[in-house]
Amino acid sequence: MIAKQTNQKAWFMVLPVFLVVAFSAVIPLMTVVNYSVQDTFGNNVFTWVGMDWFKDLIHSERFHAAFLKQLMFSGIILLIEVPLGIMIALAMPKKGWGVPVCLISMALPLLIPWNVVGTIWQIFGRVDIGLLGHSLASLGFDYNYTQDPIAAWITLIIMDVWHWTSLVVLLCYAGLCSIPEAYYQAAKIDGASRWSVFRYIQLPKMQRVLLIAILLRFMDSFMIYTEPFVITGGGPGNSTTFMSIDLVKLAIGQFDLGPAAAMSLVYFLVILLLCWVFYTVMSNIGEESSNGGK
Amino acid sequence: MAKVTLKDIAHSYTGYSENPDDYALKSLDLTWRDGGAYALLGPSGCGKTTLLNIISGLLIPTKGQVLFNDQDVTRLPTEHRNIAQIFQFPVIYDTMTVFENLAFPLKNRGRTKTEIEPRVIEIARMLGLETNLYTKAQHLTADAKQKISLGRGLIRQSVNAILFDEPLTVIDPQLKWELRSQLKYLHKQFGFTMIYVTHDQTEALTFADEVIVMYEGEIVQVGTPEALFERPEHTFVGYFIGSPGMNIAPCNIQGDKAIIDGHEIALTRDYHAIPAGAKIEMGIRPEYLRLNPPGGAGLPVSIKKVDDIGRYKIVRVGLNTREFNVVVPELSGMTGDKASLAFDIEHTNIYVNDHLFSGEQQ
Amino acid sequence: MRLKWLIPAIYIIFLLLPIYWLVNMSLKTNEEILSVFTLWPRDLTFANYMVIFTDASWYSGYINSMIYVSINVVISVTFALPAAYAFSRYSFVGDKHLFFWLLTNRMAPPAVFALPFFQLYSSIGLFDTHIAVAIAHCLFNLPLAVWILEGFMSGIPKEIDETAFVDGYSWPRFFIKIFIPNIASGIGVTAFFCFMFSWVELLLARTLTAVNAKPISAIMTRTVSASGLDWGVLAAAGVLTILPGALVIYFVRNHIAKGFALGRV
Repeated sequence: MIAKQTNQKAWFMVLPVFLVVAFSAVIPLMTVVNYSVQDTFGNNVFTWVGMDWFKDLIHSERFHAAFLKQLMFSGIILLIEVPLGIMIALAMPKKGWGVPVCLISMALPLLIPWNVVGTIWQIFGRVDIGLLGHSLASLGFDYNYTQDPIAAWITLIIMDVWHWTSLVVLLCYAGLCSIPEAYYQAAKIDGASRWSVFRYIQLPKMQRVLLIAILLRFMDSFMIYTEPFVITGGGPGNSTTFMSIDLVKLAIGQFDLGPAAAMSLVYFLVILLLCWVFYTVMSNIGEESSNGGK
Repeated sequence: MAKVTLKDIAHSYTGYSENPDDYALKSLDLTWRDGGAYALLGPSGCGKTTLLNIISGLLIPTKGQVLFNDQDVTRLPTEHRNIAQIFQFPVIYDTMTVFENLAFPLKNRGRTKTEIEPRVIEIARMLGLETNLYTKAQHLTADAKQKISLGRGLIRQSVNAILFDEPLTVIDPQLKWELRSQLKYLHKQFGFTMIYVTHDQTEALTFADEVIVMYEGEIVQVGTPEALFERPEHTFVGYFIGSPGMNIAPCNIQGDKAIIDGHEIALTRDYHAIPAGAKIEMGIRPEYLRLNPPGGAGLPVSIKKVDDIGRYKIVRVGLNTREFNVVVPELSGMTGDKASLAFDIEHTNIYVNDHLFSGEQQ
Repeated sequence: MRLKWLIPAIYIIFLLLPIYWLVNMSLKTNEEILSVFTLWPRDLTFANYMVIFTDASWYSGYINSMIYVSINVVISVTFALPAAYAFSRYSFVGDKHLFFWLLTNRMAPPAVFALPFFQLYSSIGLFDTHIAVAIAHCLFNLPLAVWILEGFMSGIPKEIDETAFVDGYSWPRFFIKIFIPNIASGIGVTAFFCFMFSWVELLLARTLTAVNAKPISAIMTRTVSASGLDWGVLAAAGVLTILPGALVIYFVRNHIAKGFALGRV
């Protein structure tokens, strides 16, 4: 790359962004930190409690449960969406009328407000009025996402696949489109199998966008709030109470500011940490496949 | 290794058409002997890459047949044609080492490790890649990457032909020469049939035993570098090959005399057979024109411009409104801007409607 | 390989089915929805849409959403432009840390910020205004805008800047007259993604509004919990929230792939 010129005045160009984001991020974060070490009984009376909320949180079963559910949810949807997204991107047409049709219809779910996504699936999955629920019921399945935790989970996962696989598809498709035709021609001449073409040409060229896709999907699925809130409200029981839902319940529902703040911080740190781990591991795999021996 | 024959090949990207203008390639017949080194030379858009893709099977021609050793392969997919191709830009498998890259075409064809290894090492040594055999290909320079592409083309001993599609485009000028001589050497070593596409006449003339010059989808001449230089069969060849290109001047012919702007030049052959109303031009290479002091033998001309190229000079002279380039070693004995232009009649060609016209022996 | 097209085709059907069902329901009467199960409306009605278009508490929700999304897109793009330029052209003290810090905000769960935002905007008197939601959404849209624009700008050769300065252009004139036209498609892509993320967000928008700036999506959730029965109107409201997105995609369809190609979403 081109060497950049050193210019401290560039700070003035960044300043507006810095101020706005700082206003939106630093002040609230300070508030959260402030709450997390105090207790309140209303009327703006606060008492210093130090690390107590954090200690409670670390040993709280409720937190463990929410965290595990969250991790499981993110894991499952990554395992489904990433391979599925790659597969669809590979099968997409490269030219002709099919391209805009695919792009437009696939981008559509990404632009639907998240609660409407929830509403769509809430309706779609209902046994009485939804196509999915009704069809499953008439096929003899005992499907009811408002009562059966497994059905609720399946509904949420299918919903997330419906909502977000397109993001993986579009990213991978963009990566695939940037591969020059000569690579495919050379592979043909070298007698490469379809699998070799994927393994040695398409996958390495998609690596960067795939990393971004996985990071984004991980981040956003780990923060998921609106859709389960609309569809299941965290239920049945607590079976779909993910971290964000639990947090909002705690903070706004019960107004337990201290524990909620402590949970917020831990939650945020966990996301940062996991993203960092993901990023390092993924880029290490990339490096390894480009540095290692035979 | 194989003889490659093209029978009445034509190709249109828009599908079959009656209109000849729709064709990127217009009716080609060619035979390339086994083990020959050929170059396809022509400006961008003349159809040479189209022709190459037809041979490699990436394109199926609208009309005609491709034969490898008399076997029709026109519709055979690329992977079954047993050819190799080197592209304009280096195509390497990023995640593989240099070794794995070179071994890839053999591995895909089910060769054993004991067969692969010595062959890879041999090729790597010839291309000067043996020092970084086990580094990842993506970390190498552009020319090393192109050497890998080259190596993957050369690795299979049984290939029918190796096709080169302007392979030196991304290579630095000083390395171009090195790679080109390496190619020439490898050709002598292995005796592959090699077809080299380029728009650079130096590359074509130094690489090939025989050069095919293409222009607007047609072959205008097939010949050795000498033939292309001495007796261009088409005005385009005369103009395209050589630096500067051939001087082409409209003229009239009266039997065995050419008349340019009222000046008569005696020719060694007789041109009575030229049809009336045809476009007649005289072509002579700048190397075969001589300048004499004014009043000497030749046509009176004025000197317009002199370019000193180093070993020789290019002089632009005017004969009334016509201009000619003359290559001379030295401008000796000349004063002022007047001179006499003498033609080497043996190397003067007559073109009728852009095609070389051989007159009758007198 | 002949049947390769089947994979995207099936996927698209899977994507469109639930949307079709929503449209289908929005065109039915509540009686039909609840009494019989029909794959298409027997008794086609636009009454559900009329409810939304005539009731201010419904349609004002769309207007509110549109207003704060527009404000957010304008703020995000105009603020991000110079910042992205600075990141792509200059190195300065703390640039890398700043860039990384900006990106971490994209990773912040909105749920974490919901309550503090509520308190912050209440205390400065911005609660229940469009600008509050617009600024709150800047939390994730500004870093995103900087990130995408920086990618596009880095693709523009530096020589363009240098030539312009040699020709005597001042920086602002150069930026507006030469640089911005050069990255026009990048700005389009950025605006698209800012629109997208602001339009689809609910948690912050709902928390920061009560009446005057309440977004359509929040009005919908209220209806669900309160009456819970007026499915037809709910579906119609849902369909109407999909339309702006569909429209925007249609206009930028040729740029989407390019934006994704940069891998900066």
